[in-house]
Amino acid sequence: MTAIYALYDDPEVVQRAVDGLRTAGVPDGRIVVMSSEPFEDFEFSHRDKADWLFTVAVAGGVVGLAAGYWLTRLTQLSWPLRTSGMPIVAPWPNLIVIFEMTMLGAILATVVTLFISARLPRRLPRFYDPEISDGYILVGVANPGADADSRPLTQALTDAGPGRIKRIE
Amino acid sequence: MSRTRNNPLADDLLRPLFNTGVWFYLAVAALGTVVLTGLTAWAYQMWHGMGVAGVNWPVFWGFHETNFVFWIGISHAGTLISAILRLVNARWRRPVTRCAEVITVFALMIGAIFPIIHLGKPWLFYWVAPYPSQGSIWPNFRSPLVWDFFAINTYLTGSLLFLMLPMIPDFALVRDRAVGLRKRIYGLLAMGWQGTTQQWNRLEAAMQIMAIAIIPVAVSVHTIVSFDFSMAQVPMWHSTIFGPYFVAGAIFSGIAALILAMTVLRRMLRLHDYLQDIHFDNLAKLLLLMALLWGYFVTAERITVWYGNEPHEMAAFWSTQRGLYSPLFWTMVCCNFVLPLALLPFRRMRIGFGAVVAASGVVVGMWLERFLIIVPSLSNKQLPYTWGGYTPQPVEVIVMASTFAAMALLYTLFAKVVPIISIWEMRVGNQPHPAATAAPEHELPELSKARP
Repeated sequence: MTAIYALYDDPEVVQRAVDGLRTAGVPDGRIVVMSSEPFEDFEFSHRDKADWLFTVAVAGGVVGLAAGYWLTRLTQLSWPLRTSGMPIVAPWPNLIVIFEMTMLGAILATVVTLFISARLPRRLPRFYDPEISDGYILVGVANPGADADSRPLTQALTDAGPGRIKRIE
Repeated sequence: MSRTRNNPLADDLLRPLFNTGVWFYLAVAALGTVVLTGLTAWAYQMWHGMGVAGVNWPVFWGFHETNFVFWIGISHAGTLISAILRLVNARWRRPVTRCAEVITVFALMIGAIFPIIHLGKPWLFYWVAPYPSQGSIWPNFRSPLVWDFFAINTYLTGSLLFLMLPMIPDFALVRDRAVGLRKRIYGLLAMGWQGTTQQWNRLEAAMQIMAIAIIPVAVSVHTIVSFDFSMAQVPMWHSTIFGPYFVAGAIFSGIAALILAMTVLRRMLRLHDYLQDIHFDNLAKLLLLMALLWGYFVTAERITVWYGNEPHEMAAFWSTQRGLYSPLFWTMVCCNFVLPLALLPFRRMRIGFGAVVAASGVVVGMWLERFLIIVPSLSNKQLPYTWGGYTPQPVEVIVMASTFAAMALLYTLFAKVVPIISIWEMRVGNQPHPAATAAPEHELPELSKARP
């Protein structure tokens, strides 16, 4: 795997670098930005928004609700117990169990989707720089191609502002 | 200001992880001894049976159940408060959230142990679980104890994930700074986190959803704990006010515990630059608000019983007002209401010793409240010939003391291996705002959206 990237310590410069790479013809999906904190106030951090995660959470909740309903109803019908004059399938007490399982379903679906979509857990990829933890922001492109192809990328990263260009060969 | 190497934030917050003082070993040894003593007492109770505990007819719930309700209440310090502050985007929350969320997880673990201790034969714990009918054990979803099983496990799972997800980026930070075995361990914990924009977006969206989901779960947990009482036809228990009363009380005691934990952390880990006066001021204001709410609920509960004048309820009522339990009741009122009202209206008190005194009082007062809900009612049930008393035995007192030590021990160990203040969230708080971005004009309102 090869990569070309720059380390900056100013998010404004990062924004310019990302815009420069776009101008150089790099598709948005190939521009990698890594940082030790999110930068919600900058456009570059909004490229991979995950609004659909809410839909997944709702779907997980629906699955949890169905499982809760199934668990309570089927258990009560399979082992009918008369308790304090309540019906065999008692809706009010079941509602509590169903509610908890609904929320558990939503929470677990969210977390599982987070791990899958963020590709966690995995071995730390080669395309990484420990200096990110010191507060630097990495902007780069993986597998940029031949030297001739990567020259405009280097130029875009250099033009953005003060930073250090690095390569992974 | 440079955001990078010269920023002391990470160095400060990672100092406890890389440097270990003598006090740490002393604290672990002292707290560990108390915890071991508690485990020995529990083993003694298992060996000799529940007879060595003070619970007996008609009071079958004593210290163990009091501690169960108390610790579940304390657990409301963290996740609920953190989730609310996260959703309303309270900027001052950043140094507070992880300190608070840790309390939730450990308090829930400790609280959930008490019903098992109370069983007498903890190896039969699995009977509570709603598993298929083996050995003629039927899961009964109409039992509040089964509701407890679902509620506490859901809350514990949610709180654990709510605590752990934002720790991943901080683990990555430790991984990049550590060497040797520590680097490998934190590397595993960081799970290959790189900090790409995609990962940050997923994490923040997940935290937003978790914050929304965890609030009703937290409310439901203590409501369901209150159902353990209010579903029973016991004097002063069978009340519709118990749900909200318990939830308010839980948040109340939780905030008090959080203030105490933050005070200790600030002093022991020298975090004065991060846990500042504004955090204590705001939390103390919340404590004062909850003291008023608690006073409202107690008044509403008491006046309703008194006005109803039901003979079977009045026995339990008067035993707390001017009978055997009245010293405890009035101590509780002083601790939970008088003390906060006397100290916390003044800013000087809120940011100083007054907050610690008030919070300590509230922790004591809320423990007494749990005790006074359980014991006087069971001592004075409907038929006078069933009336009796309860005297806690050494086993119960030792087990209770050991759980406080266990909480402190777990907290100490946690603060040794995990940054107790979220470093990346603190960094977000220190970020510069963009002068101009390349975003199209119509996207600017989107960018100014509050981060979770």
